[in-house]
Amino acid sequence: MRTIAEIENEIIDDFALFDTWEEKYQYIIEIGQKLKPLAAEFKTDDNKIKGCQSSVWLTASENNGIIEFSADSDSVFVKGEIALLMEVLSNQTPDAIVNAELGFIDQIGLRSHMAQTRANGLAAMIKQMKLYAVGFQHKNV
Amino acid sequence: MELTSVKSTFDVTAIRKDFPVLSEMPYGKPLVYFDNAATSQKPQVVIDALVNYYSHYNANVHRGVHFLSQKASDAFDAVREKVRSFINAATEREIIFVRGTTEGVNLVAATYGRKNIQQGDTILVSAMEHHSNIVPWQMLCEEKGARLNVIPMNEKGELVLDSLEDLLNDNCKFVAVTHTANSLGTINPIKEIIAKAHSKNIPVLVDGAQAVAHDEVDVQDLDCDFFVFSAHKMLGPTGIGAVYGKLSLLEEMPPYHGGGEMIKSVSFKGTTWNEVPYKFEAGTPNIADVIAMGAAIDYWYSFDRAAAHQQEIDLLNYCTSKLADIPSVRIIGTAKNKAAVISFVIDKANAMDVGMFLDTKGIAVRTGQHCAEPVMDWFGIPGTIRASFMFYNTLEEVDYFIEQLKKAIQLLAV
Ligand SMILES: Cc1ncc(COP(=O)(O)O)c(C=O)c1O
Repeated sequence: MRTIAEIENEIIDDFALFDTWEEKYQYIIEIGQKLKPLAAEFKTDDNKIKGCQSSVWLTASENNGIIEFSADSDSVFVKGEIALLMEVLSNQTPDAIVNAELGFIDQIGLRSHMAQTRANGLAAMIKQMKLYAVGFQHKNV
Repeated sequence: MELTSVKSTFDVTAIRKDFPVLSEMPYGKPLVYFDNAATSQKPQVVIDALVNYYSHYNANVHRGVHFLSQKASDAFDAVREKVRSFINAATEREIIFVRGTTEGVNLVAATYGRKNIQQGDTILVSAMEHHSNIVPWQMLCEEKGARLNVIPMNEKGELVLDSLEDLLNDNCKFVAVTHTANSLGTINPIKEIIAKAHSKNIPVLVDGAQAVAHDEVDVQDLDCDFFVFSAHKMLGPTGIGAVYGKLSLLEEMPPYHGGGEMIKSVSFKGTTWNEVPYKFEAGTPNIADVIAMGAAIDYWYSFDRAAAHQQEIDLLNYCTSKLADIPSVRIIGTAKNKAAVISFVIDKANAMDVGMFLDTKGIAVRTGQHCAEPVMDWFGIPGTIRASFMFYNTLEEVDYFIEQLKKAIQLLAV
């Protein structure tokens, strides 16, 4: 299993290929469009993180101490962001998820392109993913 | 109608040179600034006024016997007259400086409203208000046990005045309506609403935030009781705006904030208030921005306003017709009488995604709810993409915008 830090470094390397915000935007849209849609049964209000300009549905399951996330959004860009977060945080242990610092977000230059509300949206997604991890931590003690 | 051939006498190329920001190159691309309803750009004369004040005569006003203070006081005081003339108030005593529209509405709610609204009264707003002309009234209603009523609108985003007679019943004690809606562009028949309210002796506040930047405003002709606006939407700096209030009402109103400048005499036994408008202006005012607001008003008189207005109408009509040609676009707000604001949604594409795409191309639009959540709820949409124009925008910019919008649709609406 690759560590969170290793995956973060790979993403940072991927983004190093792009010089402009335009290229990064297109890349994130591409990732977002590839994200498997969430089954309708999971698109419940309980799973919804309501942002100012888009909504996100996020759920998590655990198998043998490994967490897997699934998510969707009405914004393709936000789906791209989630896909990146899931690449980093899915298939990890609860402990690793809770302790992840996720420095890659700053390093790939994403945060600077986000207005306050959107950065908050990203923060809300990370918080929710970590909350799931905390839940599974307690389940396993 | 052959809109591309519209040629006005307005020299947009020359006027653009007055606005330094317009030659910025975000991400190396020429800036196309279509977010004017959020805030307008500033001509060099406004920027110079700020720099000049801080560089050459920064001093507190009305307090110093010294040269700088007198110069600053003179410049500051002159602006009250400029604002008076800009909206044609009867006397400059009717002009109160505030931070902007939001503070202006709050001032009227906290002074006139607190004094006059009682339990069981209603306050009437419209279905297309900006949050800043809803929330202060809700807070007042909460405090007083009063109730908010709403003038409805139709699917074009026009106010429906059929029910106005009923809404202006004996319980109704105040009306607060926007002149021009920032989310839809609708220009409301404000004069008619004021006349109807006055026939029942109900005072009216007009939210002029959008209107002052696009139409010539005459508060005496409108006969409104209060008119509030922000300088930053009309080429001036942020952090300053004004409340116009009829003198007879202002005289009767309690003060807003307590502090220096707003008092005549203070002792520990009690305090007497200063005269109108100073009674409402506690503390050191926003001297620099008041002076720069004066420069913005001077600038409005430096060009042909009618021709500038025509340029905005051309932009509105041209862009509206281009958007109408794109099948997946639906314009939200199709009132007969509209300012140069176009809100729209795209089938199967999220507004923010489209806005971000346009941003990568150097185009600035606003996406989302535009501080008018009830409007979005009415239309059953999460938000819109909004292009809003100022006279310094060009038809070529509209062409580029439409071209890039089509690319966004191709990429995103799949
Ligand atoms: C119609 C309308 N009212 C009120 C406001 C609030 O103005 P400000 O934020 O300058 O106080 C705005 C600005 O967004 C507006 O467009």
